[in-house]
Amino acid sequence: MRRLTEFWRRYRRNVLAVLAFGVLLVVAAMAVFADLLYPQGPWEMVTRPFLWPGDRSQHLLGSDMLGRDVMAGIVHGSRVSLLIGVVATAVAFIIGTLVGATAGYFRGWVDDVLMRFTEIFQTIPPFMFLIVLVAIFKPSVTTITLAIGIVSWPTLARLVRSEFLTLRERDFVQAGFVIGMSNTRIILTQILPNALPPVIVTSSVIVATAIINESALSFLGLGDPNLMSWGTMIGAGRQVLRNAWYLTALPGIAILLTVLALNIAGDGLNDALNPRLKSG
Amino acid sequence: MMSYIARRLLQAVPAVFGIIIINFFVLHLAPGDAADVLAGEAGAANEAYMKQLRETFGLDQPLYVQLYEYVANILQLNLGYSFRHNMAVADLIAERLPATLWLMLSAVFLAVGLGILLGVTSARFVNTIVDRIASVLALLCYSTPVFWIGLMMIVLFSVELGWLPSGGFETIGADFTGLDRVLDVLWHTLMPALALSLFYLAVYARLMRASMLEVYRLDFVTTAHAKGLSPARVAFKHVLRNALLPVVTMAGLHLGGMLGGAVVVEVVFSWPGIGRLAFDAIFQRDFNLVLSILVLSSVLVIVINLAVDLLYAWLDPRIEIR
Repeated sequence: MRRLTEFWRRYRRNVLAVLAFGVLLVVAAMAVFADLLYPQGPWEMVTRPFLWPGDRSQHLLGSDMLGRDVMAGIVHGSRVSLLIGVVATAVAFIIGTLVGATAGYFRGWVDDVLMRFTEIFQTIPPFMFLIVLVAIFKPSVTTITLAIGIVSWPTLARLVRSEFLTLRERDFVQAGFVIGMSNTRIILTQILPNALPPVIVTSSVIVATAIINESALSFLGLGDPNLMSWGTMIGAGRQVLRNAWYLTALPGIAILLTVLALNIAGDGLNDALNPRLKSG
Repeated sequence: MMSYIARRLLQAVPAVFGIIIINFFVLHLAPGDAADVLAGEAGAANEAYMKQLRETFGLDQPLYVQLYEYVANILQLNLGYSFRHNMAVADLIAERLPATLWLMLSAVFLAVGLGILLGVTSARFVNTIVDRIASVLALLCYSTPVFWIGLMMIVLFSVELGWLPSGGFETIGADFTGLDRVLDVLWHTLMPALALSLFYLAVYARLMRASMLEVYRLDFVTTAHAKGLSPARVAFKHVLRNALLPVVTMAGLHLGGMLGGAVVVEVVFSWPGIGRLAFDAIFQRDFNLVLSILVLSSVLVIVINLAVDLLYAWLDPRIEIR
């Protein structure tokens, strides 16, 4: 708890980062309370089509070509974006940590083989790989989340590896060897906790990228057909871009704000977690 | 130098094999027979096509024979035939590739050029209001989904203002020749290239700022200032040149990501490149074409990275020693 207050004290210094944290809280609240705020769901036709934002006070952001409330779509869409963003990052985190920790800890040929493998994954254009995976395995929340995780792990693997390479040489880890701790125990209790801060910072950026990737997939029509996502709304709005551009603009602003907040919060986390490495 | 080239070429070989093998497994892990996946369930899956696919890829053989056949076929650029387009896949890709390369080249040019400009400005006026505005601008570009900003640009510049064409590679039916045609293509390239470049522009601006600030601290810059050179001259003649390397390195590394972004941009701006080809192929369930594009674009990334590496070794002799 003391460490948490200390962390918050440092994080608080960056006004922009606090603001970003606030935006993320609002988005998270929208995701959690979506069913309470708009119990009829995002697909319900509630009014006449093509109401512009501000036309009627009960539908603040207007309605789409079928008379569905745009605000309801954005609130329910936050659920899809956050869920897929966070879970995909968790998948990337697990793969990346396993590969990176093994490579950085055991070094030698294990490191060589694993890093060649990682490089191959880095060479394949990530978004192209993503659409191929999702198209072949059929779009659903599960396949989309796994596929985004699969294209996102290499960055984390490289980062974890480099952290492990340096931490392994530190005295407290060497002491672990001397008292005969097992490899697994040294990895899990000695090195990993110390390697985490930069990994957490990078993870926040990966969540942001995952959200953009999910929305791009949905925009292309490769999203989960049963879910209303911000990308789906943009894809639908594109059909009427010339007459009702607000249908494209509004969900895009939701994505932009969320991603911007994640990136700024990531910078703030970086400054708070690594006080010695003040950036800029 | 020759041994360096040879070593880098040798390193590229396992990567190419690795990519082909990953592709092979994606194909085989997919639900159903690989022939079904390649042909697609809907439409063109007639018996003759299925038979041809099974023969081309040796799908009735054991898995390791299939893998061998698959690798051998791809290495000979024997990628099969697309019935949807009535063309050999290799020819189809070759026909569409130049448009994508042109789009990426223009985007790299814009991203590096504008990114450097923004980064240099930030570094020269570090911690002032100019620096702040440049940072916020970079952060905005960094966080904007490329397909969305593309659509918003169409709304503003094509629909509302009517300045720029909303899509396509050139004006269809205009039959421009010579310089008129070049200008027409450039006119059509501007928006898609700018949309594609924004994210990278932001990355390079941040990188350039950090790199410039680092070089500013070095002794020879102090010397240059002491000699009485103007701040602008120091910034551009002394600091900029030495701060460029990280940006060029990153630009090389980003090409793969940019190819992915090109898919979305090509769809938004109806650009006739391989990204749009891949997108159409997915909805026509022509997976052989899709996978071929994936393999070839990965190999393209390797080739470009190799070329960039060799370029450095030539530009900066110190690199060869590593």
